[in-house]
Amino acid sequence: MNQNSNAATLWRGILKENPVLVLILGTCPTLATTKTVDGAFGMGIAAMVVLICSNVFISLLRRFIPETVRIPCYIVIIAGFVTIVKLFMQAYLPDLHKELGVFLDLITVNCIILGRAEMFASKNPVVKSALDGVGMGIGFTLALLAMSLVREVLGAGTFAGNPVPFLQDYHVKFLQEAPGGLLVYGLLIALVYVITKGRAPGKKSFDCAGCPNAATCHTGSCQEKGADA
Amino acid sequence: MDMKNFAFILFSAILANNYVLKQFLGICPFLGVSKKLDQATGMSIAVTAVILLATAVTWPIQHLILNPLNMGYMQNVSFILVIASLVQMLEMLLKKFSPSLHKGLGVYLPLITTNCAVLGVTTINIEKEYTYLESLVNALGAGLGFLLAMVLFSGLRSRIDECNIPKPFRGLPVTLIAASFVSLAFIGFGGVVESIFT
Repeated sequence: MNQNSNAATLWRGILKENPVLVLILGTCPTLATTKTVDGAFGMGIAAMVVLICSNVFISLLRRFIPETVRIPCYIVIIAGFVTIVKLFMQAYLPDLHKELGVFLDLITVNCIILGRAEMFASKNPVVKSALDGVGMGIGFTLALLAMSLVREVLGAGTFAGNPVPFLQDYHVKFLQEAPGGLLVYGLLIALVYVITKGRAPGKKSFDCAGCPNAATCHTGSCQEKGADA
Repeated sequence: MDMKNFAFILFSAILANNYVLKQFLGICPFLGVSKKLDQATGMSIAVTAVILLATAVTWPIQHLILNPLNMGYMQNVSFILVIASLVQMLEMLLKKFSPSLHKGLGVYLPLITTNCAVLGVTTINIEKEYTYLESLVNALGAGLGFLLAMVLFSGLRSRIDECNIPKPFRGLPVTLIAASFVSLAFIGFGGVVESIFT
């Protein structure tokens, strides 16, 4: 593997295959933790740490994990790292731990992490898997930051807790609420489509193809569409 | 606890604090399987059943096994394992004993393991220190709230399909914007449940 392809692995996650805005994975934390820039940044970093660790670990074990029980194995590995990150955060960043709340636990079922384990780490060597984790993690963090920037600056008139002049008096509270999150997310995906001129391998429709479960789901609706996931 | 408390938990989980639209748990199936009404109902019933079962099993695990042993930190790992095996077992049982039900609901079951709503609701039940019965009521409310949101949204989506939408908004963006409007409607329930039951 030459340097070039390693770099490509790293960069791919940031825009071309951005997990949140192009692959549409991990929608729940994207919507729930982007009320404030702090929360979004914390969530992004926490997920990135788990993603890198689990990618490395799963890549190391890829020859030992039996094909049939791989999904439970991946989930246990991921849950272990989530617990480690959660305990660290509880000890050193209690405020952030409180703000992220249950969504810290839910990193375990974040589709991005299981998805990368299934689609990438289980088939690639350790270094590449680690780079993939870094790239995808940065992509995830940047997407969350973009969302939270719109939602906090326009919605609350503050930036990372500091008041922004003018906007402070004219903020749109709607953007801080749940519907605002959905709206901003929709607009951002459309924006990425425009920037990449529709060339990004984004999904025209949201279906099973991007869902990491498609591999375990042999029956029914996923059968035809899950093949490329 | 009295009935009023249960009713309060149930209705705030369905309406005011709807887990999908207000707390963003289970967004993936909400966006993914809401295209047709029958699929949406099937998925919602499966989710309701799994959340209820998972709560029924994880609450005793936390309070009877993990807490006495001082192993609260194993919550995440043990819950997700239990949920995954539970879903697998449920699918196998349905396949064996009720093939017709398996045909209707079984296809949605494997998708539920990594549905945040299941792990989320079971974790929230522990976090809020609900009693066993309160947890079950909260789980039922979460499932019914999911059903309500899915049914409403699938109706909306069948209309969207017939519209001429600008190209960048086709597919997911317009779906998210539509979901935003449904969620806006649910904001209207804020305060209603509280004022009725407390």
